[in-house]
Amino acid sequence: MTGPAEEADIVLRLDGITKRFGALTANGDVSLDLSRGEILALLGENGAGKTTLMNILFGHYVADEGRVLVNGGGDALVELEPGSPHAALEAGIGMVHQHFTLAENLSALDNILLGTERLAALASSRAPARRKLEELMARSGLTVSLDTRISQLSVGEKQRVEILKALYRDARVLVLDEPTAVLTPQESETLFETLKKLAGDGLGIIFISHKLAEVIASSHRVAVLRGGRKVADLATAECDQRKLAELMVGHEIVETVRTPGSPGASLFVLKNVSAGDGRDALHSVDLDLKSGEILGIAGVSGNGQTTLARVISGLGAPTSGTAELEGTALRHTSARTMIDNGLARIPEDRHHDGIVGAMNVTENLAIETIRKPENQRFGLLRFAAMREKARQLIKAYDIRCQSEDSPARLLSGGNIQKIVLARTLEAEPKVVLAAQPSRGLDVGATYDVHQRLLAARARGAGVILISEDLDELMRLSDRIAVIHRGHLSAAEPTESLDRGTLGLRMAGHGGEEAA
Amino acid sequence: MTEILDILISANFWAAALRIATPLIFGVIGALVCERAGVLNLGIEGIFTAGAMAGWMAVWLGAGLWGGVLVAAMAGAFFGLIHAILTVPLGLSQHVSGIGVTLFATSLSYFIYRTALPDVSSPPRIEAFKPLDIPLLSDLPFIGPALFQQTALTFLALALVLATAYVLYRTPLGLAIRAVGDNPAAVESQGLSVYAIRIGTVVAGSAIMALGGAFLTMSAFDAFFFGMVNGRGWICIALTVFASWRPGKALIGALLFGAFDAFQVRLQTEVGSFIPGQVFLMMPYLLSIAALIVVARKADYPRALLVPYFRGQR
Repeated sequence: MTGPAEEADIVLRLDGITKRFGALTANGDVSLDLSRGEILALLGENGAGKTTLMNILFGHYVADEGRVLVNGGGDALVELEPGSPHAALEAGIGMVHQHFTLAENLSALDNILLGTERLAALASSRAPARRKLEELMARSGLTVSLDTRISQLSVGEKQRVEILKALYRDARVLVLDEPTAVLTPQESETLFETLKKLAGDGLGIIFISHKLAEVIASSHRVAVLRGGRKVADLATAECDQRKLAELMVGHEIVETVRTPGSPGASLFVLKNVSAGDGRDALHSVDLDLKSGEILGIAGVSGNGQTTLARVISGLGAPTSGTAELEGTALRHTSARTMIDNGLARIPEDRHHDGIVGAMNVTENLAIETIRKPENQRFGLLRFAAMREKARQLIKAYDIRCQSEDSPARLLSGGNIQKIVLARTLEAEPKVVLAAQPSRGLDVGATYDVHQRLLAARARGAGVILISEDLDELMRLSDRIAVIHRGHLSAAEPTESLDRGTLGLRMAGHGGEEAA
Repeated sequence: MTEILDILISANFWAAALRIATPLIFGVIGALVCERAGVLNLGIEGIFTAGAMAGWMAVWLGAGLWGGVLVAAMAGAFFGLIHAILTVPLGLSQHVSGIGVTLFATSLSYFIYRTALPDVSSPPRIEAFKPLDIPLLSDLPFIGPALFQQTALTFLALALVLATAYVLYRTPLGLAIRAVGDNPAAVESQGLSVYAIRIGTVVAGSAIMALGGAFLTMSAFDAFFFGMVNGRGWICIALTVFASWRPGKALIGALLFGAFDAFQVRLQTEVGSFIPGQVFLMMPYLLSIAALIVVARKADYPRALLVPYFRGQR
């Protein structure tokens, strides 16, 4: 441990926090100090106990052992009442959850004011609140339109409202749980600039992350959690990405390497396809996927990727143009016919579209092949066979769950993605559509996903990889096309492209100037 | 057609419409308040009955009219508390609990009535609320006569609409109620108790509903009959959707329903000779279904309605 600053500068101290859920120790004897004006990154893989630790800090959970101490404004650290978000707020701790806690039908102002006034008060005092917020917005650069309903704000704006909620209550400590998971790269950059400015004003900031680049770029200090224990607490200046990755994972990292492939004949072809409407529409898209290749589709979210994925997977029909699979035109497609035709879909929103949360792992693994004879006989499900298959897949794909009977929603994001991979790739599909397959996943899980996609390519499948992550695209794709405002550029070999060119094309430059 | 016009411009008709609307105003405001906090209260039909019986019986036992109103509200609050405990901290199905409360409250009311009056064949009468003569209001040309025929409870209902709108939209408490019906996690993350707000709101909303029942036995009639609530509670549940959970629109909805009902009674005497009476009885219900189809499809319902909240659950 580094001995940070002076005792008087410490705004928050976690002292020997232990939290168990049944047999699982989510946090084991974790101690942590945070100083005024410091940005501390809490780094760890999914399931390392980062979020649990912060939920204890904010009073959503009560620790089995250990204490949370805060500087209540004076010199001494005072113990915080456990299990009370109210006490945490009073003590100047603000938390921005990964899944925002905003009431969508209310305005930004209402969300910020909520709970800050006495409930028995006969009237809300909005005018002074508005003045204070306008001053806060001007100072921090976190501008939002206060009277707009949350449901009409973008994700980035919602996050700003969340931060303003904390600042409005004069927080001295701000905790952000995976703040960049839902942001575009540009929004993330803006966020970290804001955080640096706020830290400069004396706010102590903890952000949870598993993205090494942003930790290195934006924190003063890094605490690494692994398996619920703190394994390192370092000044960021002393670290590099490799060292942090190894601390986080606990062993050396093997980088995904793509060997040159040998693409075969055309497998899946879109000709002049238009579909959807509004912001996410597709306009005259041509695409030619060969067998044995990974075709990358680069682009900032919301440029037509969702519609493209819907058309390819048979969930949405094109308004014009044709789709061909191995030279046969596809008509009247549905998700079912596409699956039967050998198309696997790894959906963008895996929690929502990839699994049925309330159903168990076995059922989620069988869900796309429920009509096949191996899963049903005389219209009755063969549960014994399904469970046997599930146990095999859990082993083969290293899905970490209590048993094949656990509800799928209880699994971490990485393990949910493994369910999706096991279900879709086990059938050896001809075409794999992978939409943002590693978004929100940690290093280990991302590596697994990449290996599975490369394995599909090696056995001759064609993979369409839709991603915002240029590193991922450059590493995996044989060819890359860029999608911008519903137009798809011609795919070019990855070797002939560089990050700069792709970045410009994603922003709409190259060819025609974007507004 | 002149007959229809004659009906519509008579003060008598509007007075009847307002009188029929009064219990619905109480009911729909109570239901709306509960639902704003995310709890559907299908106990409403039984709470109406309990309010009607308890209010009437308190007066019959000598409590005085306003004492009876208070007792009715307390009876509603009691059944509201049962519903709140079952659905909020215990997180049971709001439909099942609500129907259960309706059955329980209705049967218990009948049971108490029968136990207290085992041998009575015709229900005993009380001295009900009298029409209120408000000096300035009743002098107004057209609405004066319409208002002149109403009792204090009708004015209480109208005042309650204003008060509810004020509390919901102008006070920190109302903000918390609206937020807890939209996203309870937002309320908890701001340091407020989801359970306390939901339970308190359901209890208060149920007390308001019970006043609708009290109006029946203490103003519209002067005695308690079995089956006198007659589906008014269910109408209020529909009216809540019609009103898009807004107090002002709830008042309009209740008045419209009252007007339809008053209109069908009058129309029956005009043209009843060649159209069966049942058609007229159906009319307000058909019209409310039609209105629901038109209005409610665009409704901006409380997002956490029917969804129980458990702390710390993902």
